[in-house]
Amino acid sequence: MNEALLRRLTPDVLGVLVRRGAPFAAAEDAVQDALAQAVRTWPDGAPDDPKGWLITVAWRRFVDASRADAARVRREERAAGEPPPGPASGADDTLWLYFLCAHPSLTPSSAVALTLRAVAGLSTRQIAGAYLVPEATMAQRISRAKRTVSGVRLDRPGDVATVLRVLYLVFNEGYSGDVDLSAEAIRLTRQLAAAVDHPEASGLLALMLLHHARRPARTTPDGRLVPLAEQDRTRWDTGAIAEGVEILQTALSRDRLGEYQAQAAVAALHADAPTADETDWPQIVEWYDELVRLTGNPIARLNRAIAVGEADGPHAGLAALAALDPALPRHTAASAYLHERAGDRATAARLYTEAAHQAATLPERTHLTHQAARLNATGP
Amino acid sequence: MAKYLLLKHYRGAPASVNDVPMERWTPEEITAHVAYMNDFAARLEQSGEYVDSRALAPEGTWVQYGGEGKPPVTDGPFAETKDLIAGWMIIDVDSYERALELAGELSAAPGAGGRPIHEWLELRPFLTEPPTVTE
Repeated sequence: MNEALLRRLTPDVLGVLVRRGAPFAAAEDAVQDALAQAVRTWPDGAPDDPKGWLITVAWRRFVDASRADAARVRREERAAGEPPPGPASGADDTLWLYFLCAHPSLTPSSAVALTLRAVAGLSTRQIAGAYLVPEATMAQRISRAKRTVSGVRLDRPGDVATVLRVLYLVFNEGYSGDVDLSAEAIRLTRQLAAAVDHPEASGLLALMLLHHARRPARTTPDGRLVPLAEQDRTRWDTGAIAEGVEILQTALSRDRLGEYQAQAAVAALHADAPTADETDWPQIVEWYDELVRLTGNPIARLNRAIAVGEADGPHAGLAALAALDPALPRHTAASAYLHERAGDRATAARLYTEAAHQAATLPERTHLTHQAARLNATGP
Repeated sequence: MAKYLLLKHYRGAPASVNDVPMERWTPEEITAHVAYMNDFAARLEQSGEYVDSRALAPEGTWVQYGGEGKPPVTDGPFAETKDLIAGWMIIDVDSYERALELAGELSAAPGAGGRPIHEWLELRPFLTEPPTVTE
């Protein structure tokens, strides 16, 4: 039983149903039923043509459900006038679904949930487990999202940027459960980058691969964070790095720079350094300048200040930091780090303690508390 | 997406506007209050934002490790404890603003005279998992 195969086929099968005229919400339910039936029955003998099998079973489910609910469906069709136009061809199916599931009328959490179900083929239970909410809550979130987009007409291509934001969220804010959300985000972004001609889709894919490559080195077995400078770089996934760098170089050569390409360039420069001391910080500062120019994002400014501290010394970093809003997330932690580098251990210890109280995640709080304790134990 | 705890206090929160203890309400007012709370939770489930809600008994016991080979030491309850938690609701929402809005709605639960209690609720963010992208 190959669950990965089922997930990969999900958007194709859903696209076929919608193209045959099934309303999106009903088609999506039918495909989930077919996936569940495949999980139950394929172990006893998988079909020769898995996609054909899924289409047949899903379509039968849809027809049965429609018959059972015929009166309501007729009423809805009358009310809606005509069903929303589906994708024009099989090649557009998957892309059409990406745009629909990331539609700007959805809240970020709804777009994430709908994308994971309709495009990634995850079950409601798996998505609920990944985001630590009850299954009933996630089921409602998904069905509301489906209602929200049910009247959407996608007669022209959607905005790739909205899809990229949703995929970035899936990658960056994955929690736990039995599904690797980062790996799913990479799979979906890879599929998207192959379907659209858009350097930022490639940029996001490169960014994900380059960060995913460091995952084995990011935490200790007991869950403590290992900062970039202290990571065992032999544990980085060199295959993922090579792929990420190659994808990024091709994207950059198109000369249509965007925020994901710029972020990926920073990650590539870290990946390229055999040791932390050999990091090309001046070039990283230049990429952060680009990122600030592109987005004006205050977090990019904060990261730039830290990079300036590495490139030009801690006093230059502190000067750059002083120009920023002290309420920014991680501002205090960055200040603590730069003060220690500048030799002011007492201030650094105080700031690390303060940063630990402000931390938004438990591993960060533990890490920052350790830093404060280390400085307090050795004295000023 | 972020999870927040809405914390209700028996004691320790500033006084509410409609500050009449429940045992002095009419039975109908109590029924209306309970119905409002149940309806609030049901609406949150419908909107895909509900995670959990629990009520706690007011009487508790303080427990402490008693040392090697000895039973745990118990004490209390202490009448002088200033802060006493009554229960909580956990929500999963898109923004801090949405969390504030929902806390405001919960605080509007009807009390004596059927008027909103304006109870002070404590809103606390959960610590999250670290993000994947770190620089």
